[in-house]
Amino acid sequence: MKNRYQYFLLILLGIIAATVPALSAGMSKEDKKSHDIEGKFNASEFIMEHVSDSHEWHILTKKDGTSVAVYLPVIIYDRQSGIHIFSSEKIAHGHSYMGYAIAHEGDYAGKIIRVDHEGHYDGSKPPLDFSITKAVFGMLIASLILLWLMISMARSYRKSGISAPKGLLQGILEPVILFIRDDIAIPNIGDHKYSKFMPYLLTVFFFVLINNLLGLIPIFPFGANVTGNVNVTFVLALCTFLITQFSANRSHWRHVFAAPGVPLWLLPIMIPIELIGLISKPFALMIRLFANITAGHIIVLSLVALIFIFQSVLVAPVSIFFVLFMDCIELLVAFLQAYVFTLLSALFIGMATAEAEHH
Amino acid sequence: MLLASSLASPAIGTVFWTTLIFLLLLLLLWKYAWGPIMKAVKAREDMIHNALESAEKAREEMKVLQADNEIILRKAREERDKILRDARTAYERMMADAKEKSQSESDALVRRAREIIEREKVTAITEVKREVAKLAIEVASRVVGETLRSDAEQQKLIERYIREIEANRN
Repeated sequence: MKNRYQYFLLILLGIIAATVPALSAGMSKEDKKSHDIEGKFNASEFIMEHVSDSHEWHILTKKDGTSVAVYLPVIIYDRQSGIHIFSSEKIAHGHSYMGYAIAHEGDYAGKIIRVDHEGHYDGSKPPLDFSITKAVFGMLIASLILLWLMISMARSYRKSGISAPKGLLQGILEPVILFIRDDIAIPNIGDHKYSKFMPYLLTVFFFVLINNLLGLIPIFPFGANVTGNVNVTFVLALCTFLITQFSANRSHWRHVFAAPGVPLWLLPIMIPIELIGLISKPFALMIRLFANITAGHIIVLSLVALIFIFQSVLVAPVSIFFVLFMDCIELLVAFLQAYVFTLLSALFIGMATAEAEHH
Repeated sequence: MLLASSLASPAIGTVFWTTLIFLLLLLLLWKYAWGPIMKAVKAREDMIHNALESAEKAREEMKVLQADNEIILRKAREERDKILRDARTAYERMMADAKEKSQSESDALVRRAREIIEREKVTAITEVKREVAKLAIEVASRVVGETLRSDAEQQKLIERYIREIEANRN
């Protein structure tokens, strides 16, 4: 029962945390309206550009208007013409290439659409976009760093044999790994079943953590908004969902389709509710991570945008102070969200694999 | 222009790549990182556990051993005390025996010496008496100037006189 209590507490925390992005999103929308009329700096566009995914990795814009950017490969699958691979430089700055361009407005804003010779959207369904976008590229870099870290750590174990943890890597990472095992996996899943799920829990924890942390570094190969991308968190939540369902035992399914103690006539109501419950758990996982990380980025960017809104250097110290403060909170959130995601995943797995208890 | 709605818009490409990267990462880390790391940590924990356990066992054994030692030591001490006590009593007994023996021997010696002395004394006295009698007779015969006819009669006479003298003395 302690588990369930813990779970409710976390859901409550999640709800509180989820209200933050709503507030800040509302604020930035108002900014946008007011500045659209003046036709000057558009804070909303500035923020959204940094937070959302894109086909190029913009680094800076020079004084003459040309921009320095890393153009990532565009990979599209068109049902009519097959696969096309080209550099995103060809469709940057409103250009079109091979009849494709990036939409700047409308339902498909930011996505690749098919255009006619004059560069107008031809109204057809956009091709499937498998591009290596900023988020994908950032994720790749984070994954490579993670692989390098963990494999070199594993190698140092092999080298040193059985000994006390030594070196920076083991000293920092081993307590974290042991924490995940002893305080997340074992209490939630159980002593004799946890080891099967450890690789997933460890991977998801460090994947979320490293992407959260790298997302805070605003210099080129880092700073992509990976865990603040709902598609990424969707995949992670889906993994937890699938693992939970495939490792679920009989009592879990009986709880869903024939909850013990529930009268038969209630089942037509209870079964849909239980099914929604199955989906809503990973859904909450997806939204929580996405919203928290995006919200943090939006707040930091809003604070930076203040400098440009007021068009005064005097605002800069204030902004920088608050950005530093926010970054500290973000650092905490980076760890907290990785922890929460892993903890809830372990909790869901634990609930699905728990032996039947009689109420 | 990018709209806020694009934040939460589904993108099949990102989903595809994320799935691919994440699963690949999971497999690679599973094989090359988590497996060895968890095994090493487990091995170390087992070793520490075993080491602690055996240390505990050794301590228990040590305690038992110490108790044994204590018993042996106490027994040895008792043994030593007993031996010493026995030796002392034996020594005392031997001393007493020896003393007794030597005492009785010396007593016997003294007694025998005394007997001999007594006997010698008696003979000496008898001798002296005879000599004195003989001397007296000789003196008397010289004084009287006459010799008694038979020595035997004279002897008898003298002895009678002596007995009378002794009777008188007593």
